[in-house]
Amino acid sequence: MRVALFVTCLADLMRPGVAFAAIRLLEHGGCTVEVPESQTCCGQPAYNSGDRATAIALARKTLEEFEGFDYVVAPSGSCGGMIRAHYPELFRDDPATLKRIEALAGRTRELTDFLVSVLKLDSVPGNYTGTVTYHDSCSGLRELGVKAQPRALLAKLPGVTLTEMNEAETCCGFGGTFSLKFGEVSTQLADNKCGNACATGADAIVGGDLGCLLNIEGRLRRRGDLKTKVLHIAELLAGRGE
Amino acid sequence: MELRSNEFKARAAANLGDAKLQKGLGLIKVKAVVNRANAVAEFGDFEALREAGKEIRNRALADLDLYLERFEREATARGAVVHWAENASDACRIIVDIARENGVKKVAKSKSMVSEEVGLNEALIEAGIEPVETDLGEYILQINDAEPPSHIVMPVIHKTVEDVADLFHEKHGTPRKTDPAALTREAREILRPQFLSAEMGISGANFIVAETGSTLIVTNEGNGRLCTTLPRLHVAITGIEKVVPTLEDASVLLRLLPRSATGQAITNYVSLHTGPKRLEESDGPQQFHIVLVDNGRSKLLAGEMREMLRCIRCGACMNHCPVYQAVGGHAYGWVYPGPMGNILTPSYVGLENAVALPNAATMCNQCGVVCPVKIPLPDLMRTLREEQMARGLKPWAERMGLALWGWAAQQPALYALGTRIAARVMKWMGGSEKLIHRLPFVSGWTDGRDFPAPAGKTFRELYQRSKR
Repeated sequence: MRVALFVTCLADLMRPGVAFAAIRLLEHGGCTVEVPESQTCCGQPAYNSGDRATAIALARKTLEEFEGFDYVVAPSGSCGGMIRAHYPELFRDDPATLKRIEALAGRTRELTDFLVSVLKLDSVPGNYTGTVTYHDSCSGLRELGVKAQPRALLAKLPGVTLTEMNEAETCCGFGGTFSLKFGEVSTQLADNKCGNACATGADAIVGGDLGCLLNIEGRLRRRGDLKTKVLHIAELLAGRGE
Repeated sequence: MELRSNEFKARAAANLGDAKLQKGLGLIKVKAVVNRANAVAEFGDFEALREAGKEIRNRALADLDLYLERFEREATARGAVVHWAENASDACRIIVDIARENGVKKVAKSKSMVSEEVGLNEALIEAGIEPVETDLGEYILQINDAEPPSHIVMPVIHKTVEDVADLFHEKHGTPRKTDPAALTREAREILRPQFLSAEMGISGANFIVAETGSTLIVTNEGNGRLCTTLPRLHVAITGIEKVVPTLEDASVLLRLLPRSATGQAITNYVSLHTGPKRLEESDGPQQFHIVLVDNGRSKLLAGEMREMLRCIRCGACMNHCPVYQAVGGHAYGWVYPGPMGNILTPSYVGLENAVALPNAATMCNQCGVVCPVKIPLPDLMRTLREEQMARGLKPWAERMGLALWGWAAQQPALYALGTRIAARVMKWMGGSEKLIHRLPFVSGWTDGRDFPAPAGKTFRELYQRSKR
């Protein structure tokens, strides 16, 4: 199975380990992983800022780069949701491209969803030991139905105890450029999330989207918590969580 | 109601630091959200019900003109008088005229958001007519110097019992009490004579039924029933979009509305008003006037915000909105707060007068998944953002930043170089702590959060190296 990794711009810049972890997991599941070199961003920041022209240009670029693979997998519900749930809407007036975009959208999956629903992994290479709590990212959860999949994967790690936090499904306040435009509100929501996560006593907060994780970690550290780890689920599953 | 939507950012920030307000808002999560979830779980196939609700509202809107004409015919045939108000001032003038022609000095009002929208109380007062709000929440606001509501269903959610205790003590001149039941009793004692002495009752309408020419209200306090039956005149004011074809349709929406709003299977009172009092009847008003307000709705019908007209005003979108939960309704600066307000306010008062609102959401779509009539609220907000971009209503810095980033993201080689530099600079800025405490241009982030520093090399570089 030829799988293209959609690295995501945040993993590329901020945390390359997440993308390497994703490759390891996909290869563990028997995939041939390719990483189209010219990829940059899915266009979501432009899309959600009302810059439809740029969003369309980046969607076309992504289409050119990722067409023709069996699957496109992203270690992010946000980017995955952009391609899978929103790209088709961008080309509603362009039937020729729409057909190709719909095919791409149909083959695009969020990483944990792909590992569980398509690859049906029965083991994962990681060996993490500790108590974790899982933050459900909005796009993954509400656009792609990612909820049980990461938990099913965590359950394959015998050393991991999952302790659910209150309001696990509530937004952490990131929201892309929202976190910059409405900093105070965004910080308050991140603070609520940190409070709920820390109340579980978990030693790691785990999630599937780097945007949320950077936001949560940023607030956590400012609150003075330098101990609680904030990990992408791919890192933990692939054994890169330390 | 005074429009202050362009002050959203400042008012939101102020509200975040208001401990009393935060205490009041905290109730939304533990009450409204939990109660709705329980009601939905108990119902069974709520998803199918939402789909049915959406279909009914779409059907009504698809032939809105026909259903409104049918409504007018049926209501008129049953003795009601239907008035058409193109805008807010029309609506106020029509109602003031009815009051004047009938020598009305006092009006008992049941809760109506459309009356807030058109500024009815102010118009009545100006005409020398005394409006008395009889919904407990609205009454509290009215005696507090006509403070605006902060929620469409729970108008005083921003107040604590202590606030109300102080207010009643001050305004009523009675001993201060903090027991909610005692406070409610005190309000009842003051309001009861008002119902009896008011010559006119004004209500809203949650739905109007084309088939029978009826208006329908749901209430929990019973004040609505007193307002609509005791005074000799009843005026119902509502938006033209509230029409539903049949009673059967209304009954489906009645299963959705209370569950979505308060988590009740049904409200304490559901009142259907069909014509004034008939000869053989003992209760009811001698005259029944229905004021149907457009005030921008038909413009919405023809545009991209059309789906917003399905709204049945349950408030679930704001109850479930993390931003609303944090900043409260007053921050939104007009009648309709939360996600619905992010769309309705710019649509009704002009995008330039509510620039922040379509952007004041994380796009988490919690509103969209709880909306009883499946309005895609984040999609509509995004469309408004596109309109802001097209009309140059976005700040210069944001437009330039986006343009620059968007251009770079389409030049892979340049983008790769830029990210390599950024990764190194940010690593250096993070120092040994690996945390950036202050970043230029993004103080919105770093004022309250650190920025975790990257490892110094991009994935792209490391991957190419590993392949070599």
